Amino acid sequence: MKIVICLKQVPATNDTKIDPETKRIIREGVKAILNPFDTYAVEEAIQLRDKFGGEVIALSMGPPKAEEILKEALALGVDRAILLSDRAFGGSDTWATSYALAKAIKKISDVDLVICGKQAIDGDTAQVGPGIAAHLGWSQATYVMAIEEVSSFFIRVKRMHEDGYDICEMPFPVVITVVKDINIPRVPTLKGRLASLKKEIPIWKPKDIKVDKSKIGLDGSPTRVVKIEPPKPRHINTKKIEGSAPECARSLLRELRLRNII
Amino acid sequence: MKAFTDLEKKEYHNIWVVAEVLSGEIQTVTYELLGVARTLANLKKSEVWVVVMGYNLEEKLKSFFEYGADVVILVDNPVLFGFIDELEAKTIKRLITKYKPEVVICGATSRGRALIPRVAVMTYSGLTADCTGLSIDSENGDLLQTRPAFGGNIMATIRSSHHRPQMATIRPRVMRLPSPDFGRTGRIVKEKVYFGDTKKIKRIISIFHDTETAVNLADAQIIISGGRGMKGPKGFNLLKKFAEKVGGAAVGASRAAVDAGWISYAHQIGQTGQTVQTKVYIACGISGQIQHLVGMQSCDLIIAIDQNPNTPMMQIADIAVVGDVFEIIPEIIKEITTL
Ligand SMILES: Cc1cc2nc3c(=O)[nH]c(=O)nc-3n(C[C@H](O)[C@H](O)[C@H](O)COP(=O)(O)OP(=O)(O)OC[C@H]3O[C@@H](n4cnc5c(N)ncnc54)[C@H](O)[C@@H]3O)c2cc1C
Ligand SMILES: Nc1ncnc2c1ncn2[C@@H]1O[C@H](COP(=O)(O)O)[C@@H](O)[C@H]1O
Repeated sequence: MKIVICLKQVPATNDTKIDPETKRIIREGVKAILNPFDTYAVEEAIQLRDKFGGEVIALSMGPPKAEEILKEALALGVDRAILLSDRAFGGSDTWATSYALAKAIKKISDVDLVICGKQAIDGDTAQVGPGIAAHLGWSQATYVMAIEEVSSFFIRVKRMHEDGYDICEMPFPVVITVVKDINIPRVPTLKGRLASLKKEIPIWKPKDIKVDKSKIGLDGSPTRVVKIEPPKPRHINTKKIEGSAPECARSLLRELRLRNII
Repeated sequence: MKAFTDLEKKEYHNIWVVAEVLSGEIQTVTYELLGVARTLANLKKSEVWVVVMGYNLEEKLKSFFEYGADVVILVDNPVLFGFIDELEAKTIKRLITKYKPEVVICGATSRGRALIPRVAVMTYSGLTADCTGLSIDSENGDLLQTRPAFGGNIMATIRSSHHRPQMATIRPRVMRLPSPDFGRTGRIVKEKVYFGDTKKIKRIISIFHDTETAVNLADAQIIISGGRGMKGPKGFNLLKKFAEKVGGAAVGASRAAVDAGWISYAHQIGQTGQTVQTKVYIACGISGQIQHLVGMQSCDLIIAIDQNPNTPMMQIADIAVVGDVFEIIPEIIKEITTL
């Protein structure tokens, strides 16, 4: 089985800055990590390969620095990694990102399965996985919590929904996105880390994956961030209750009764 | 990118809502979306349409009109009983090409978030996930979509000026449920599933309803929620007792409490849990980090019990009770009992 995992490098949530000009995230000089949800994609892909044979390829689109997370994936046991990196990709929204990733997957060729994380913790959109499936015209399953069966023709998965789950079966090739219930990610070994240092990570440019240049980057993105502001505070007049515990309890109950709550 | 010209943009009218149907039942989020769709349509002097895909739904269409729809597009077919993303996406794409809606909104549910990105790619549309506000730009009529980003630290406003339709998903319980107008009716348009050249289709083998994952925080009037300050599972037992005493209250939790294993994920409120909009929210030992606040700050009345009066939660609360939860809550329970 040939598996591609899509990995994103994301800033650690609390120190996020925005470029006032482009309204895009400033990634330089910010602590960056592998998107936590993508660690489950790495683990699942490695387990599948170890069981059914084949190859796992980690794919990421981002600045040159995103090589770090690909090294991490290699250290965990991924066979090879590819980075899509070029100024022209900058500013891509989920439409353009999934387009570029889909094109790279086409170039990798003969891929049976693409695994994405459920969502990236920076954008939080969960749109890239289904977007890749749509660009490729493949089947998809999102919020996958277990892979139930794999045959040479189809994959059977358990999908999580708000009200329970369902089990569905799809012919290959397929794109799935995974949630944290699916596995417990391993940690890299020293041996793995050392081996990863030796592996080259090729960088692919737009021309390498034959993208239509008008469909990538900021210009290829149908959405535009037009304004960024801090969230509006809730307008309130806080009533403070202090004193001994029984006093506090009685005052609170008085307030609740006044409002007909109890 | 082929941007739409103004002339092309003018061909797109009306606000569409994609209905959320689970095993033949229409979900409340659909009516919440109809509320916003109605407001937008009134501003644009256009209509609200609902696209309903599923099986055996003919009897259930009345409520769409009562909650504000003018037109219902019904695609009714046994194949749609389970959720087949690819088929629904193809069908909606077909309908979009045929009727040209200006805006398409959908619930940010597990199904909506799987379906709509697929449609957006197929129609080259801009799509904004998890919007908390939608408005119309008074200058050019574009849809302005507001959503939290970076764990709620930032609110971003997004538009897609050069593409139609403009698409957005909205989480359940972010928008107010409008009051129904019981006499109201409208037009029903029947359409067919578009199979296209689908040869090999996804097969739904089985569907399970799991009540444990569907804790009904949504239906409760009052949520009593606990955080790290509840110290352990015993603290949550105290909250459960509190909830029973109050009657009809559900128990919620912060992520810290869920991560510690004191209560299941189904109870988590916030950015990576559920969004709630209850009449009363009682936060016990929850500091109120932004990721938690985004999931509950639109509750009507917020009460916080915390020994630290300076936490973010105590600042945004309507009533801030300063003290130890393990002393105050038993007192409240005692007081209610002796009523
Ligand atoms: C990407 C991301 C997503 C996240 N999503 C969510 C989410 O969906 N939901 C969520 O809740 N969090 C989420 N978080 C975590 C969030 O940032 C906070 O870490 C978390 O909400 C803190 O939980 P807490 O308030 O229970 O704990 P703390 O911040 O530790 O607060 C505990 C409070 O209890 C009080 N206390 C302690 N003992 C007592 C006592 N005896 N009596 C009274 N008060 C007491 C303390 O004064 C304190 O205010 C997310 C974080 C990230 C990075
Ligand atoms: N730039 C990227 N490079 C590689 N994979 C990505 C990228 N952006 C998103 N993904 C994948 O898509 C998933 C969902 O991301 P998002 O739609 O941004 O929430 C992530 O968990 C990744 O698996």
